[in-house]
Amino acid sequence: MRIENGLVTSHEPMGPHYRILTLTLPEVTNSVIPGQFVHLRIAKLHDAVLRRPFSIYKVDGQQLSILYKAVGRGTATMQALSTGDSVSIVGPLGNGFPLNLEAGVTPVLIGGGYGVAPLYFLAKRMKLRGILFVGGAKAIDILLADDFKAIGWEVRIATDDGSLGEKGLVTAPLDGWLTAGAGKMRPEFFACGPNGMLKAVGDRAIKGNWNAWLSLDRHMGCGVGACLACVQKVRLAGQETLARVCKDGPIFESREVIWDD
Amino acid sequence: MTNMKPTLDINLAGIRMKNPVMVASGTFGYGPEYADLVDLNKLGAIVVKGISMEPWGGNKTPRMVEVAGGLINAIGLQNPGTKGFTDQYMPFLRKHDVAVIVNIWGKTLEEYVAVAEWFDHVEGVHALEINISCPNVKAGGSSFGVHLDSTARVVSAIRAKTKLPIIPKLAPNVSDIGAFAKVCEENGADALSLINSFPAMAIDIETRKPILTNVSGGLSGPAIHPIAVKLVYEAAKAVKIPLIAIGGITSAKEAIEFMIAGASAVAVGTANFTEPLTALQVVDGIEDYLIRHKMVKVQELVRSIRL
Repeated sequence: MRIENGLVTSHEPMGPHYRILTLTLPEVTNSVIPGQFVHLRIAKLHDAVLRRPFSIYKVDGQQLSILYKAVGRGTATMQALSTGDSVSIVGPLGNGFPLNLEAGVTPVLIGGGYGVAPLYFLAKRMKLRGILFVGGAKAIDILLADDFKAIGWEVRIATDDGSLGEKGLVTAPLDGWLTAGAGKMRPEFFACGPNGMLKAVGDRAIKGNWNAWLSLDRHMGCGVGACLACVQKVRLAGQETLARVCKDGPIFESREVIWDD
Repeated sequence: MTNMKPTLDINLAGIRMKNPVMVASGTFGYGPEYADLVDLNKLGAIVVKGISMEPWGGNKTPRMVEVAGGLINAIGLQNPGTKGFTDQYMPFLRKHDVAVIVNIWGKTLEEYVAVAEWFDHVEGVHALEINISCPNVKAGGSSFGVHLDSTARVVSAIRAKTKLPIIPKLAPNVSDIGAFAKVCEENGADALSLINSFPAMAIDIETRKPILTNVSGGLSGPAIHPIAVKLVYEAAKAVKIPLIAIGGITSAKEAIEFMIAGASAVAVGTANFTEPLTALQVVDGIEDYLIRHKMVKVQELVRSIRL
């Protein structure tokens, strides 16, 4: 974990709702694991006391990128960042996804909306190739599908309105694929998206006796495990306890998470 | 004449510190959380997150929301209890050259006293900050700190059972802060921390529900700083014991303002989240100020207001 000022090297829109912000961060980029995040200070929003967490989408040498959507006053202000601006970053934070899979396992990525960002970083770093299931509200919310294909991943899409891929939730094509391959393969799930999707993926993993690595998102304060704002009820070694999503997570195995709130 | 460096070290009620800049309870965990980013040996003191006798789970999430100029939290004093804290964190803290102040709380008077007694036997604890003002726990917490008689009872009961310096942390939401400061002084407090966060609330106008599950919480951050300055100024008039000022420090300016108003030391709180290096920047900024104003020691700043 380091604190570093990064210079904006590019800030590009991806469709009408999303943007990719790229910063030069020689220290933070030293040892990054897919699934980790950075905590960004909104320098141009003077009355903001909290940093904002973003999953890491790409690391290329000293360049680190995040993929974000303007959803509140912090991200709205971020849209004004331009090349050459300096941004304070704390990172990399959190535990990250496990990268070394057992032989014979098929990695299965499940992303909701811009939840595909850390999954793309994971897909690039993984030795094995597998399949991505991506869901979103509309066709414009399906991101990076071609990028996954370009690095050898199979892609299945679902949208709420049916404007791209299957109509419905991402679990529909996932279930179809699981049924078709039943008994013939051993999937391992990696998921990032809304809680309902994470829980649905976890339920399938537990039922099939597979692993599911879920990237949880909770409103964070400090990002380093000090303030205890982002706690999640979990079961670790048989004991119910409160885990800090920012420090003990954000990646949890499905059996650890207790979804009661 | 050579330019002498001013001295920053203080002895606050028997607690020796390299400088008067501390990190406030609840905003810095128990020490290790920020250790990769902040050299703990350069801080005046670390005030750890509030400890109760037994582990405590705190409130349901959401527990924190950002508002203009600050944040409202309702963590609810989640902590690993006296034994958990002592075993997990004291070995780490003892390895550092920094004063360790343990913030303690209880649901009953007896629990406050039991926690205080526990820490009397723990090596490496320099003082106790007594949380009688947390706005987020119904039993204990602020129910003690907003009445003069219960404040007197909890301070005198702890005084009788510990040799460590005791530092009650005052609630801001009282009509006469001076009276509370005075009652603490009369009952054996060695110093005072002020202030805790302000009772506050935020509502989601679309759902019309409170944003925090606890409904309300405590407001901290730059928004409360001028109110805290006034409270420190009032308390300084009422008592002689040293004051530790807390509330919206983001730079040396606010810290110096507090010291001029009457504080002997300051604690950085919410700003640790915004900019983890704030406390160290405040230390440097105070030193620069002393040089610029030709002061040779930081104590010259304390209660130096010109009216």
